[in-house]
Amino acid sequence: MSLPPLADRAIVLRARAADWREAVRIAGDALVDSGCTTHEYTEAMLRMVDDHGPYIVIAPGLALAHARPGADVRTDGLSVVTLAQPVEFGHAHNDPVRVVIGLAGVAPDVHLAAVAALANAFNDSAAITAVAEAPTREAVRAILERSDHA
Amino acid sequence: MKIVAICGAGIGSSGILKVNAERVLQRLGLSATVVAADIGSVARVAADAQVILTSAEFVDAIGATRADVVVIENHFDTDELSRKLEAAIG
Repeated sequence: MSLPPLADRAIVLRARAADWREAVRIAGDALVDSGCTTHEYTEAMLRMVDDHGPYIVIAPGLALAHARPGADVRTDGLSVVTLAQPVEFGHAHNDPVRVVIGLAGVAPDVHLAAVAALANAFNDSAAITAVAEAPTREAVRAILERSDHA
Repeated sequence: MKIVAICGAGIGSSGILKVNAERVLQRLGLSATVVAADIGSVARVAADAQVILTSAEFVDAIGATRADVVVIENHFDTDELSRKLEAAIG
């Protein structure tokens, strides 16, 4: 059970986002740039928060931006965005966000495998801070790839 | 026993809850079916569930249910999940 490969274009370090919407958009653009999704998927990710609130902030400092599998998804993919300045999503417990993960899957079962691999990496409570402060893309990959050995 | 994890799309944060709930149940020596579903299908999927795991944002939308609704703050914190699941089941 491993994560989809993380292309260079899928990792954006120390991005500047004025608000949560911009932060999610950067994660969506990284999925588009790495060939995983269309811009429609990014809009769908934003709609999930507009419709349901900031529940995608699933842990202190981390937002898991995603929408449903569908025609907007070309291949399974993951993007990782670290923010130069933390952003408020309006979550009662887990704000501010320093890391946004963008997640796209062509089918629900593949999606769940990627989610399980993410859990392997981030169940280690130090991993979010480590990703937030990662100096290089290689450092980000090294933290996420711990999921393969858990 | 059936546990349903609920989120907006039924695959992201509820997927994390499903995966981690299965790990916690194994650790506790309990057996249960854990299903991830979206909020739109909660009435159907959770009709025979004992526990619903979710985020605070969905509690109102879940509405009246016979299941115990358990709100998880940190989806990656298996200790929180274990403590709250044990309280709901035990």
